[in-house]
Amino acid sequence: MATVWIPSLMRSLTHGVEKVTVPGSTLGEILDNLDKAYPGLKNRLYEEGRITPHITVVVDGEMGIQGLWYPVREQSEIHFLPVISGGIDLD
Amino acid sequence: MSKLENPIQEELSKEKPKYKVIGTRPIRHDGTDKVTGRAIYGADVKISGLLHGKILRSPHAHARIRSIDVSRALALPGVKAVVTAQDLPPVADKIEELGEGAINIKYLQENILAREKVLYKGHAVAGVAAINPHIAEEALALIEVDYEVLPPVLGVRQAMREDAPLLHPDLKTKSLGEKTDKVSNIAQHIQYKLGDPEKGFQEADFVIEREFTTSTVHQGYIEPHNATALWNADGNLTVWCSTQGAFMAQRQLSDVLQIPVSKIKVIPAEIGGGFGGKIPIYLEPVAALLSRKTGRPVKIVMSRTEVFEGTGPTPASYIKVKMGVKRDGRIVAAQAYLAYEAGAYPGSPINPGCMCIFAPYNIPNVLIDGYDVVVNKPKTAAYRAPGATNAAFASETVIDEICEQLGMDPLQFRLLNGAKEGDRKADGLPYPRIGYLETVEAAMKHEHYQTPLKGPNRGRGVASGYWFNVGLQSSAIISVNADGTVSLVEGSTDIGGTRTSVAMQAAEVLGIAAEDVRPVVGDTDSVGYTDVTGGSRVTFATGWAAYEAAQDVKRQMIERAAKIWGVSPEEVTSVEGVFQLSKDPEKRMTFKELAAQLSKTGGPVVGRATVAPRGVGGAFATHIVDVEVDPETGKVQILRYTAVQDAGKAIHPSYVEGQMQGGVAQGIGWALNEEYFYTPDGRMANASFLDYRMPTCLDLPMIDTVIVEVPNPGHPFGVRGVGEVPIVPPAAAIANAIYRAVGVRMRHLPMSPGRVLEEILKKNQKS
Repeated sequence: MATVWIPSLMRSLTHGVEKVTVPGSTLGEILDNLDKAYPGLKNRLYEEGRITPHITVVVDGEMGIQGLWYPVREQSEIHFLPVISGGIDLD
Repeated sequence: MSKLENPIQEELSKEKPKYKVIGTRPIRHDGTDKVTGRAIYGADVKISGLLHGKILRSPHAHARIRSIDVSRALALPGVKAVVTAQDLPPVADKIEELGEGAINIKYLQENILAREKVLYKGHAVAGVAAINPHIAEEALALIEVDYEVLPPVLGVRQAMREDAPLLHPDLKTKSLGEKTDKVSNIAQHIQYKLGDPEKGFQEADFVIEREFTTSTVHQGYIEPHNATALWNADGNLTVWCSTQGAFMAQRQLSDVLQIPVSKIKVIPAEIGGGFGGKIPIYLEPVAALLSRKTGRPVKIVMSRTEVFEGTGPTPASYIKVKMGVKRDGRIVAAQAYLAYEAGAYPGSPINPGCMCIFAPYNIPNVLIDGYDVVVNKPKTAAYRAPGATNAAFASETVIDEICEQLGMDPLQFRLLNGAKEGDRKADGLPYPRIGYLETVEAAMKHEHYQTPLKGPNRGRGVASGYWFNVGLQSSAIISVNADGTVSLVEGSTDIGGTRTSVAMQAAEVLGIAAEDVRPVVGDTDSVGYTDVTGGSRVTFATGWAAYEAAQDVKRQMIERAAKIWGVSPEEVTSVEGVFQLSKDPEKRMTFKELAAQLSKTGGPVVGRATVAPRGVGGAFATHIVDVEVDPETGKVQILRYTAVQDAGKAIHPSYVEGQMQGGVAQGIGWALNEEYFYTPDGRMANASFLDYRMPTCLDLPMIDTVIVEVPNPGHPFGVRGVGEVPIVPPAAAIANAIYRAVGVRMRHLPMSPGRVLEEILKKNQKS
């Protein structure tokens, strides 16, 4: 199962847990299963049916993953980080 | 040490690729035009029927606009049109993705022309087009704006107070998807937490905690912003401007004017510096609106004062750093609180600051809190490694104090704690192959560090820095000419010699000379989408696009050679620009010979590529500086400076060295002199280069450079970005040198003579 690192500002939803293992072969499946285990997480990660533009998803070190179809491996590591702003863009 | 030496030695002993073009120093393709003054910049644009625009700007830092009366201005002979925010289409309070980040369209539009409130002195209120700039300027004085002046908020800590005047009546703090209900000036709170910081501090043998402040600083690019717009009768808009990204300017124009990107063509002129400050648009939509009203092209060029007051500087900040260390020198816990001024609208570089503050070190327990705070100053923009210099000033000077308490050499301390492949950053991500330790080792071995510094009031400081670099998207097209040269069209505006560094990567693939590649920066109609020149990405990503486009050309050229020889392409090889038949080495053609035959063998060859590369490699730098401080005046003289940096692979070493020297020069200015002086009512009191003191050649010694090459495994040639990280360490290195010279710890930027003297006098009083 993939390992999902929970951002510290969302750990209130995972009872303080920093890392969780989640089944799923795509990013979308991982997010659905994550929300089943810890209700409310998806609501924080989504906006208007897509991953909120305030968050960048990192899968195995690949930054800026947006597609829910993105393949996830058994040993994958997933992070949700604040989007880089004020640097190369204009947030 | 012994544990660290092996992997580095192992890396060094590996056979390095042999390149013919990469790593050489050809003359830049645009060099002649630049040094002879023939290069065309935005202000040089001349079109038949051109009108000249000027911008009316707010005299107040914070005020409500009750009304704007433009009738007297319109009545002035020679005035052709006046526009205000009422001429802009209404937009929703909506977040749009833009590049890797996000943008609130409403804020973007309000920063172009203020609608209900002005939020900083210099905020644009109206635009005028006239037959010459003098009449346009005269007309500005005839526009009557009725303001209700409001109290300004000019500092980040003041703005965070419960009772602070609010800039935006609807701004609520976002915390990674969670939004509070409370309205405040705090736009965003971010946090990174790794391990158990509380426990880590308990385990530490000693803990140091310090507070820091930095002032607002401008990029100081030599060419002011400019824009010329022609809104044609067919509804198509063409804009010539000085921008770090034609496609980004096109998308912003589309968002602000609410017209499709297909109706907008942006032609990037040569750019006289940007450093991040020419990513946002300012004048372009106003020129466009004026052109639509008049049916004529309109050009607007800012004055230097407008650049200071009306464009995006880098933020002032408040930073608190706490670090816990064991007696053996190991850092066991680190905590940081960073509050950055966003300016009038949300969007300071707080996240990059948080990402970079402890990045050079492998620390098991970390807590970082960052706050993005709006104040009545211009909306901040990117500035070379945005947010990282402020952060490193704090963390790297605390580390110097730790080293002093430990009695440990500061570079030895960095070797002991430095991050390497596999170590996790505060955001939890593991590092790929990085070259931080190699920069520290190179600094330690450097003759500068090995030579004792002698003399009174002299001191040597060191500091390290990190910038993560970015990839994003790039495109390139290569056409083969009949004489064996190639034309390369790429979409990245060239600020630091990237035409050449991109062209060299194509040349290496094709086996031709760099001079045989003719690189051109395309407009939005002539090349595929390309993200901004920023994030130290161009040589990495656009270079990669050129590499792929060249591979495409090479494949097609092999097919042509095969066609000529009547064999299959698999039977043809291409090595260093020579095509050869595998089974008959006598049959060979150079690239030039084959190029001459293209028209008879199927027509032109054009290669193309678009890339969105993922293998970005972060960059580290370690700097050494010697200073002498005048104890009577507090003036700091830089005696010697050496910058060491991991470039991955230096495509054109001279340009890497130039970036390193440029970053250091700007870092020295930021460290010692540069700052916005504000009056209590929020006016910038030094809005000219006469009073905003940037370093000149008289202030700087020769800046020595050492390029370390630890190839980035995520790039075909091992490239890492090089443009930004050299501005990160200077302020901290100089602060550490000042301490070692005169025994005072500086905790505010800039460390101008008055502030240094004040600290010296305080120290003398105590002693």
